[in-house]
Parts: sequence; structure tokens; C-alpha cells
Amino acid sequence: MAAIEATGLVKTFRARKNTVRALDGIDLEVPEGSVLGLLGPNGAGKTTTVRVLTTLMRPDEGSARVLGHDVIKEADTVRKLVGLSGQYAAVDELLTGRENLWMFGRLYRLTTQQAKQRAEELLEIFDLTDAADRILKTYSGGMRRRLDLAGSLIAHPKVLFLDEPTTGLDPRSRLDLWQIIRDRVSEGVTILLTTQYLEEADELADSIAVVDHGSVIARGTADELKAKVGGERIEVVTHDPDESYRALELLTAALEISDPEATSLDKNSKRLTIPAPGGSSALVDVIRTLDGAGIRIADIALRRPTLDDVFLSLTGHATDNRDTDTATDSDEAAGRPASRKKAKA
Amino acid sequence: MSTTRESAKVSPIGQAVSDAGILAWRTLKRIPRTPDMLIYATIQPIMFVLLFAYVFGNAIPIPGFPGARAYREFLMSGIFAQTMAFAVASASVGLADDMSKGLIDRFRSLPMARSGVIAGRVIGDVVFNAFVMLVMVICGFIVGWRWHNGIGQALAAFAILLLFAFAMLWVGALIGLSVGSPEVAASAGLIWLFPLTFLSNAFVPTPNLPSGLQPVAEWNPISSIVAACRHLFGNPSPFASPDGFPAQHPVWLSLIWCAVIIGVFAPLAVRKYRLTAGH
Repeated sequence: MAAIEATGLVKTFRARKNTVRALDGIDLEVPEGSVLGLLGPNGAGKTTTVRVLTTLMRPDEGSARVLGHDVIKEADTVRKLVGLSGQYAAVDELLTGRENLWMFGRLYRLTTQQAKQRAEELLEIFDLTDAADRILKTYSGGMRRRLDLAGSLIAHPKVLFLDEPTTGLDPRSRLDLWQIIRDRVSEGVTILLTTQYLEEADELADSIAVVDHGSVIARGTADELKAKVGGERIEVVTHDPDESYRALELLTAALEISDPEATSLDKNSKRLTIPAPGGSSALVDVIRTLDGAGIRIADIALRRPTLDDVFLSLTGHATDNRDTDTATDSDEAAGRPASRKKAKA
Repeated sequence: MSTTRESAKVSPIGQAVSDAGILAWRTLKRIPRTPDMLIYATIQPIMFVLLFAYVFGNAIPIPGFPGARAYREFLMSGIFAQTMAFAVASASVGLADDMSKGLIDRFRSLPMARSGVIAGRVIGDVVFNAFVMLVMVICGFIVGWRWHNGIGQALAAFAILLLFAFAMLWVGALIGLSVGSPEVAASAGLIWLFPLTFLSNAFVPTPNLPSGLQPVAEWNPISSIVAACRHLFGNPSPFASPDGFPAQHPVWLSLIWCAVIIGVFAPLAVRKYRLTAGH
């Protein structure tokens, strides 16, 4: 049985004069115990999807079930079974870490004693015991996000929704959070994760659904998506246009590149690009080859495909940062009401 | 406070009460941690007492009650009622703040009673207002205000004031959930209260008002709370039309007003909470 199933979800918002289709027929299926990454730019409909699946919002059309329970007709049952951690850390910043967890535990219908015990366990797991009696205002972004995630795990949910769990975090905190998420996965928790980072979906998700303008435009594993984009590339900049031409010939031979179409050379910028199926080991080969031929390298980089590359290859347009566009309002209107919309306008 | 033990299986009503208790605990926990708000909430009524007692006191005669102290006796019930009415802002700002920070979403995703968040806010704020009232009572005693009908009737007056705060907090809840941003909630919660409190008998005896405004001021819900308190405290309570219903039955009218406000705004606020961003 699929842990999460959504069919034909449609949701429109009226933002002043125009209506925005935030969800335009989303279909999803997440098998039990697996991780689905919902990948897309701001305003694609990721947050709205999560809000529908966690009973915070009713879809205009379509239906969704979580662990076999309809999110509209059996909303109360669904709320007992799922955990939600949002992109804006939804915890009380004037309560301490311990108080927050105790409160959420009580609201999940634990007894006072059970709630206390569960709070201690989670503080331990999330490495927050030392900060347990400080109010959240004093927490760092990463600590706050960990506490938020801890709050969503109080009732041992079988299904977890993580809405951009690492947006805005520094690399170190991001790695910590990834580990915590992986630990949940190993416990058999089904996770739906939204993210703007291909890398994050790659790290955590078993399969990825790419969303844009409220519908799924591609599905597959991270490898399948990367294959569509063309995988990793190496960019080399030399000091001299002739040298870059010679470098391209040498590298095509050394790396056994059969398709010359996959390479490119820009004489003006003295920049050449070649596919690097071997990733960083190919980087070593490139440096050895060029060094052996006495070609001096001005710059060299291994480029991993980004969300932009995925979008470019799937839609022919980049992830236009739609901050000024009304499409942004769909996610914004869904998540944060008036205040943020005004700040943007 | 709801830290009492209970089983995990409870009736829907038991659950609603328990959730309201937990959220009220949260509201009260937060108050000492926002000292600026705590200071503002207690300084403001003290300032009003002193300003009105000493600045307006000598300029506003109380018809039928000569003497300098009459105004202070008259004034205190007005200040009490005004302060309780201004409780609107703490609910509106508090809930708008929760909403803008994503906490309302968190609560809505939990298997808790739909009334819990607002009820917790309202109950916590009533308890806080009881504290503010204590500060004002002390302040009133210092400037020479007294009650004259015994402690029983005085307590009844305080109960009516807190009931009024409770009623007004539901109005604030509806405003807070409707506007979304704490800054807007602060002004939207307060701006209409100024004409409402000044067009009442709170600071100026209604016989001193222009005759066109007298009926408006005497039927004003704030006036009925103030008149009920003056009646129960045994303070001067002049009316422009002493034979009218507001003058004859101040306590009943105050209770009717509270019931009407709660009856209209509590369901609207809970409905708003349920539909917030849910469309």
C-alpha cells in the first residue's frame, strides 16, 4: 500500500485581480518506507501540496490519502498519524526547548508524565539537552530547525512531511539535519520532502518528482534525472585560445569521449566543457593530461547539475526567480498570509 | 493550569478543556519573558488613573455629587472597563504573531481541539488581566477611590469586568486571525476602541454630553459595564435619563452585552481559525 497517495489535486488562489492555479493536477504516490523528494523553485506548488496532504488546506479538486485515510473526510485521524515540520520553524520562541516539546506532547494527547519523558528522549536524540532550558530566541537557526523537527516526531509518526527542512541553514547544520532525516528513514518512516536543491533530493530521496507551475513535470530517481540533464561536467579555462583547442583534442582522446557534440569550446573566453561521467576522478585525469602536455590551466571546475540545469533541460527555461511574479504568491498566500505578501509587493 | 494528570482517552469536551489549559499555560509562560509588554500593560492604566484623576478631575463636575473626590470615585470604574476593553489588542496581536510565525499551522496540524488555540489565548489573557486589575485597584486606593457596598458586591463587579475582558478577547481573536500581521493587528485591535470608550460614561458623566450623544453613550456596552461597576461599588453613577433601562438595570444590561459579544464573536473566531488559509 502506498503511504501517501494524491490524485489530481487542484487548488486556486485569488490574489487580487488574477487567479493563480497553485496546484494544477498533482498526482503523487509514495510507497511505505520510502522518501519522495518534491523538487521545484519557489512558487511551484510544493508548500501547497504539503498543506493539502497535512490537512491544513482543502483542495478544490482531487483527493489524497495518507496511510489509507482521506485527508478531508478523516482529517483528525490523519493528524494523529503524521508529523509536519515547516520551512519556517514553527516553534514558540518564548518557550524553552523543553517547554515546547512538552507542550506539543500534551497536545498530541500524551499524559504529563509521558510528554516529559518523550521531550527528554527527543532532546537527547537531537543533541539539544544542554540548550533545553534556554528560550528559543537564543537558539541558532540549525538548533531551532532541529527542535522543530523534534516537535514533529513526538507521536512517532509513520509519515513525515518536511517542507524545505534545510533552507537557509549553513552547510554544517544542513549535514546534521540530513543525518537526522536518514536516521528516521532507517526506522522505516515514510517521508515527503520538499526542496529547492537537487543535491538535497539526491542525498535523501529514493525518488524525485519535479514540480513547476503546480504540476509534476518529471519523475524518477536522482540518477535518471541527472542522465536527462547530462550528468557532471568539467570546465577548463586556459591562457591561450590555441592551447584550449589543443586541450580539447587531448582530453577527447584521453577520456575516450565518443560524442564530440557533448563537448564545447568558447574561443573568446578560452573555456572548454567536457562531460565527466567519472566525476572527481575524471578531474584528476584532466589535470594529469593537461599538465603532461604543458598546458597551463587558468581555472578548472567540476560542475554538478543543479536544479537550474534540470529545469533548463526539462522546460527549456531556467528557474526564473519569480519573486515579482504572481506565481510566488501561491505558495506565499498558502503559507504566510498578509504580512509576507505585503513585504514582497 | 492544566498540568494535572489525565488519561489519554478523553471526551471531546475534556479534550477541548485540556487543550485550552495547555495553551493558556503557554500564554502565561510568555508574559514574564516579554518584559516590555508587561510594563506597558501595567504602566498604561496607572498613567490613565493619574492623568484623569489630577488633570481632568477638577474640570469635570459630577452632577449630583459635589466635592473634589467625587470624580475619582466616578473615574475608577471607567478606567477598569477601558483597560478590560483594551485586552482586545493582546489577543489580536498575540494570534496575528502566532500566525505570521507559522505556529498556527503547527497547531492546526496537531490532533487538538479546534477551539484550543483561541481559548488558551483568551483564558491566559483573562488571568493576566486579573493581575493588571489588581495593580489598578491598588492605584485607585492610593488616589482615594473606595467601594462602599461590601466586599461581596465589589467582587461581583470585578467578576463582571473579567467577563467583559473575556468577551472582548474573542473580538480581538477574530481581528488577529483576520489581519495576519502583528503590526496591523495592533492598530486594528485598538483604533475603534478609542471612540467606543470616549463615547461612553467612562470619563465624562453622560448628562454633560450633547443631548444627541446621550442615548448612544448610555446604551454603549462599555457604559453598561461601567454603570454596573459603579452600582456595585456604590460610586457616583449619574445618568442623563435616570428612568431608562440602562440606568435602572445596569448589571443585567452588562451581562446581556457580554453574552451578546461572546455569542457573536466566539463562533466567528473559531470558524475563522478553522478556515485560516484553508479556504
